[in-house]
Amino acid sequence: MAKRNETPREIMKLNNQVAELPRSEAPSELLRELVAHLRQNRTQLREEWVVRITETRLLTAMTKEEIFAEATSVYDSYVEALETEAFEALQAYARNLSERIIPRGVETHEVVGIVLLLRDVLARSLFAKYQNDFKKLNRILDAYEPAANRIANTVAVGFVQERERVIRQQQEAIRELSTPVLQVRERLLILPIIGVIDPQRARQLTEQLLRGIRTNRAKVVVIDITGVAAMDLTVANNLVQTVEASRLLGATVIVTGLSPEIAQTLVTIGVDLGKMNTVGDLQGGIEQAERLLGYKVEKLAEPR
Amino acid sequence: MEVPILKQGAFLIATFQAALSDADLNQLRMGLVQQVVKLRSRAVIVDVTAMDVMDSFASRTLREIAHMIRLRGAETVIVGIQPEVAFAMVQLGLTLEGVATALDLEEGLAYLNEKFKTTN
Repeated sequence: MAKRNETPREIMKLNNQVAELPRSEAPSELLRELVAHLRQNRTQLREEWVVRITETRLLTAMTKEEIFAEATSVYDSYVEALETEAFEALQAYARNLSERIIPRGVETHEVVGIVLLLRDVLARSLFAKYQNDFKKLNRILDAYEPAANRIANTVAVGFVQERERVIRQQQEAIRELSTPVLQVRERLLILPIIGVIDPQRARQLTEQLLRGIRTNRAKVVVIDITGVAAMDLTVANNLVQTVEASRLLGATVIVTGLSPEIAQTLVTIGVDLGKMNTVGDLQGGIEQAERLLGYKVEKLAEPR
Repeated sequence: MEVPILKQGAFLIATFQAALSDADLNQLRMGLVQQVVKLRSRAVIVDVTAMDVMDSFASRTLREIAHMIRLRGAETVIVGIQPEVAFAMVQLGLTLEGVATALDLEEGLAYLNEKFKTTN
């Protein structure tokens, strides 16, 4: 006679949080029975699920064929997770799946939605099968529900983690693109800053510049802030720190393109302007840098 | 821990190791000045490339070394501050003000040679 699954009621309530469930013993007979049922009726249940997905207007970014293909692999992974309780493998699968579908514009609510639909489709099929044996149905559900909820959880978390990873990656790429450190002569770097600088960008800027000074063995850096509309006190302080840190690496910094507003900010925070080398515009800044480095630029002929 | 101090012509080169205790720093301060006096050096290069952290005590000691050496008529150049260390230092307000700095040993020597060429 089949044993009652020993999962206590309280643990079932915890299923919807991301808590580590105590590993149940090897798949009980009940679990085996229901997995067998789900495998036997695979084709029909999967079809039913795809119909429900289309009805609820989920995965609209994908074609019918694509949905069917993904549904097949999700269904099989779902049933396998029920059987083996290998949730790490499931999470890896979920991240992998997410990597494929996120670029297609699939949203979190869609992924959670389709997993819950599958859970419901399978549950209904269990109701249908065991409708004449209420006690057995209860025991079957005792085995099914915690596992099914854990699966929904795992897939949702996997999806969200992948999304967050992509966002972080994109943010990093944007930040790097927006603060290029350019070498224009031997030992001379230019750092043109455009747009809004928040403290995080300011920090990233400083780190990139210091690395650039070391890599290029720069002796002079021209930081041009013509493209910066405004600067709050924190960022102004960051700029001063950047100048000081560059000096510790043996490089002189020339700041160019200060707007009247930014000049006012610097005066307000009491920047010792004797410490900061400033020149009106970028052209003037580069000319001064060249002088500092011992270059002389001579015009040999008129432009053709 | 002994900090090696090498003689390079009229200059001394002191190479800091990674983990210097406060006692090491104090010992170094006296030791360097004594060497400058004994060897009549014109400048000291302190190479801190191996330091991955610079606290306020180390920073103050470096400034004091530079001041004491200047009282002997000699110059000090700190070289090899790592980008991460420089960043951390300025955030703590440790700017080594009044002390010459250069990217590395090569730059430090170039700086000194240039400086003494013009004042000779």
